[in-house]
Amino acid sequence: MMNCKQATRLMSEEMDRDLSAGDRLGLRLHTLLCSGCARYREQMTFLRQACRQQVAAAETVAGDEAAAPASPPPSDPPPA
Amino acid sequence: MGPSSQIDPTGSATAGRELPPQAADIAAELAGFRREMLRFATLHLRDQASAEDAVQEAMLAALQGADRFGERARLKTWIFAILRNKIVDIIRRRVREPAYEDPLNEIDEADFDPLFQGNGHWQRDTRPSDWGNPERSFENRSFWAVFDACMNRLPPGTARVFMMREMLGLETDEICAELSMSSNNCWVVLHRARMGLRLCLDQRWFAGSGGQAA
Repeated sequence: MMNCKQATRLMSEEMDRDLSAGDRLGLRLHTLLCSGCARYREQMTFLRQACRQQVAAAETVAGDEAAAPASPPPSDPPPA
Repeated sequence: MGPSSQIDPTGSATAGRELPPQAADIAAELAGFRREMLRFATLHLRDQASAEDAVQEAMLAALQGADRFGERARLKTWIFAILRNKIVDIIRRRVREPAYEDPLNEIDEADFDPLFQGNGHWQRDTRPSDWGNPERSFENRSFWAVFDACMNRLPPGTARVFMMREMLGLETDEICAELSMSSNNCWVVLHRARMGLRLCLDQRWFAGSGGQAA
């Protein structure tokens, strides 16, 4: 049975690669029995959501500003 | 001896290449994106001068390629895609600099040992607690200030790998190739970054009154 330290490593890796069938099963069993790791897994998903949210926010504000009137003309010449 | 510094008249390296006629049409619109592009680039590069360079290069590339751009409605998506590529270019150049530190050496695995008992299970007081409905924090400005602060507390190379994965949306294969790391080391760095970021948010947001109020 894997411990929590090993489980956290796998919970990160499952966001980056396909785990083996054995690792997936082991992790599922572990998170069924361990509420701390079950929460850790949800929190990993939340971190990913937060990052996407931050990127989306930057791009959305850019769109809003472009729609605003009277944006100054480009004045910066390209570097020589 | 072959020609040394002869410039190919059709070469793309020539400065002052003529812009296509479509460039004038989209230049003003692109200028409207400038400030947010700069913020996006600064987020990734953590250095104002490099961020300016990335935005400048992206703008120029967009204007030079204006004749290949058809759908005006997708201008924003297009310019940000170009910007992302420029950011990756700059990161790639940095990796070749002598001062570059291998992200693997930035955080010691043992730094997280105090979270766990000897048998590898959570300590009673470090076992992840319930964050409630954490998505509600997205609407709270203070949350994003804490999020930025936590990101800034990660060592620079570790933060870079994490952001290439989660904000630029690169696959780990691509990150490993850009940074000349093995896949395994890439996963280790991502794991440490997530561990650190989770712990920081837990301590500075969700455990405090901010999380309760959000």
